Amino acid sequence: MKNPTSVERKSDREVVITRLVNAPPHVVYQAWTRAELFRKWWVPKSAQLNLLSCEMDVRVGGGYRLVFKFQDSEMAFFGTYREVAPNQRLVWTNDEAGDAGQISTVTFEEKSGRTLVVMHELYPSKEALEAALGSYDGMSESFDQLEELVTPD
Amino acid sequence: MVQYSHSRFDASFAALSDVTRRGVLEQLGREDASITDLARKFRMTLTGMKKHIHILEQAGLVATEKVGRVRTCRLGHRQLEQEAAWIQKYQQLWSERFDALDKLVEELQ
Repeated sequence: MKNPTSVERKSDREVVITRLVNAPPHVVYQAWTRAELFRKWWVPKSAQLNLLSCEMDVRVGGGYRLVFKFQDSEMAFFGTYREVAPNQRLVWTNDEAGDAGQISTVTFEEKSGRTLVVMHELYPSKEALEAALGSYDGMSESFDQLEELVTPD
Repeated sequence: MVQYSHSRFDASFAALSDVTRRGVLEQLGREDASITDLARKFRMTLTGMKKHIHILEQAGLVATEKVGRVRTCRLGHRQLEQEAAWIQKYQQLWSERFDALDKLVEELQ
């Protein structure tokens, strides 16, 4: 049985994602900080991205770099770890979007042998938040159609 | 919030499933109009048009304002719809990630 994933926009610039994971924090932390484990779950299948490499140097000031193949080009996601508290909390930057990148904070809270994962993303502006994931899936198509419908010729 | 956005989607798509209501949105995209104007334009009773407007209003697609005896309709704030779409994308991304994480941690234990 899957646990529900809750997504809540806390403000113009923040979104909080919450999910209960059926494993204790130290296991979840491993999955989040060991590259060979991280690469097995982080990239959603529906994004149709091919993960070419994943490097993670999980310590304050250390960096991470994920390189993907998308259609015929390569793209990289990268940033720096700002806080590293084993089994409890990680904070990192997302630098591929330049000044528009968010600061990600994840906390792992023990709940009777399971882990409440709270992921907080803080964007530099409302516009940056809204632009994120812009091309992620086909959902925008319906809204493009709606846009077309309500826009005068 | 997720449930909220789902019900918003339902309301929007239900509102858009009717040809008259789509016509009303097109019309309001050109200019604001009173319910009386719209009823005349779409050759229906005032009561019938009020019902359609109410559905569009519930979905956030139309906003109305009563000035004196006339209720004027205009396009609603699509911002809400865009926000819902955005939340939806985020939700899908993270659900997929966490489902994969679940599988992985099961193997690790």
